[in-house]
Amino acid sequence: MAENAPADFYRTQENPGLWEHRGKVAAVGIGHSPTARRWDGQASTSIGAWAMVAIRNAIEDAGISPSDVDGLVLDRSTTTGAWWPEGDPLPEDVISQFQPGIEPFDGIAALSSEWILNNMPELDNVSFSMYGPGCMSNVICVAAEAIGRGLANTVVLLKAWHNFPGRYYQGGANARPLVEGPAVWRNPWGVSAATGDGWTFQEYMAKYGKTHDMMAPFIVEEKKNGLMFPEGFFAQHRPDEVTVEDYVNARWIVEPMNLFDHDMPIHVAVAYVFTTAERAADMAQTPVYILNHGTTRPKFGLTQGLDNAEASTDSTGRKMLDGAGITSDDLSFENMYEGFTTFHNYFIEGLGFAGIQRGEALDLYAGDISITSDKPVSPSGGNQGGGRTRIWMHTDTIQQIQGRAGDRQIRVPAEIGISGGPMPQGGDFTIWSSTPD
Amino acid sequence: MPKQSPVPDELTQPFFDACNEDRLVVQRCNECTELDGLLMLQHPPSEECRRCGPHGTLEWHEVSGRGRIQSYVTMYDTPVASLQEDQPFNIAVVELWEDKNALFLSHLPGTPVREVPMGAEVRVVFEVTPANGQKVAEWEVVGD
Repeated sequence: MAENAPADFYRTQENPGLWEHRGKVAAVGIGHSPTARRWDGQASTSIGAWAMVAIRNAIEDAGISPSDVDGLVLDRSTTTGAWWPEGDPLPEDVISQFQPGIEPFDGIAALSSEWILNNMPELDNVSFSMYGPGCMSNVICVAAEAIGRGLANTVVLLKAWHNFPGRYYQGGANARPLVEGPAVWRNPWGVSAATGDGWTFQEYMAKYGKTHDMMAPFIVEEKKNGLMFPEGFFAQHRPDEVTVEDYVNARWIVEPMNLFDHDMPIHVAVAYVFTTAERAADMAQTPVYILNHGTTRPKFGLTQGLDNAEASTDSTGRKMLDGAGITSDDLSFENMYEGFTTFHNYFIEGLGFAGIQRGEALDLYAGDISITSDKPVSPSGGNQGGGRTRIWMHTDTIQQIQGRAGDRQIRVPAEIGISGGPMPQGGDFTIWSSTPD
Repeated sequence: MPKQSPVPDELTQPFFDACNEDRLVVQRCNECTELDGLLMLQHPPSEECRRCGPHGTLEWHEVSGRGRIQSYVTMYDTPVASLQEDQPFNIAVVELWEDKNALFLSHLPGTPVREVPMGAEVRVVFEVTPANGQKVAEWEVVGD
């Protein structure tokens, strides 16, 4: 039975030194499922079915046989925030069309390693399996470390997200008159998911003399880039640009975070193929080498606040650049997470991307941050441009360096990029390169 | 505003009992306080000191009930049903006067939305929640 990766798989140290497997692991295949706003209840579009579509696409993209795969790393959780409605019967008509996994919702609202392997008999050579909990950023760190340590040679990475009908976080514990557990410190005041970042951004604006409207150029560019991402939800289903006026007039959810500062949950699965640098040389796609992966752990408390956001992203910036043996000037572009949009500000300031310092991200957005600029900002369009997956940043970074980002291809040579997240206060990050050294 | 009523557990019972007596208590780490000569406080409570971990001895300590507004938002779309009729409303983060690592949330009763004075001094008040009568700590801006 697969387990979560052990703590020593994550490079959390403040001064980690060069990653010992620097340049020895490469991304060689990408596979996406279609996207949908919500699951329509059919077996063929269940999250399990779409996970298999993504994996088969990634293997085909890499130009290998399923039997070449000897490792599987995935996130067992698939929720976007939506859970199977309490008390509703299991969809047995769907579940019965697949081989069982190890829990009742496997393939519907979760994905175990066993479910994948039971339903994909062509993956007949997998001897290593592990979970990277949270999102693809974590899965990438685990897979890179596993290959670097020689625990597997060719690994499929998987992250899938189910989304069900209805508004999540409504009802259930939020509709009851009593509240228990850690929620006693938050629920009585009506806190939502973005409230914490709203507090942090309020502090940021006060400290640096900025306004919410100054985020507009970034959101406009994100949406534009997302519409050039054919795998993305908005390119497939809602191909509408967002203007500055749309952004500044959008309704508040929790001021200072409006509708366009929030990402939209979708239903999707994404897979990659990673292998050793030696093996990658024979595969169909140009290898994209991993120079470093790193992790910052969040501190726990009622809220993180600006001080913590800045200290944590400073730490992330230092450990990622130092561990890759590069400086921020070496970054051709960046794809840091923006699943509440203002996260992105702290990340790129912590990296010193395009030479900026603390308090200067919104000033950077006022200039040219497009894919035609010298220092493209978030060419993936991120969650804002593609829907909530926390994967567009990784897919785009690989595609940019391979030179197959299509209409999104940046104009400067895409030599080194960085991606990762999710939280400024803690997450998992990767530096990617066109060369192993 | 009709807040959800907290149900205390073993960890939080001393805090909520004190609220019902109109007293504010938070956890103090005796080891950190003795070592550094600082009053090392934390809130919300935890099984361990957030600074020194399992080495610290935590005990409940009554505090002044004064603080300052660290930050705030205006909520327009809360997931908590009982508060939805009162939107929009403030949700402020209050840091305790004695130690800014001890944090509380507040609706800032009496302060209109979008008129929150960032950094202003606040004082604790105790508010009864409707479902079980449990009091919670709330905070009001101290006037001129």
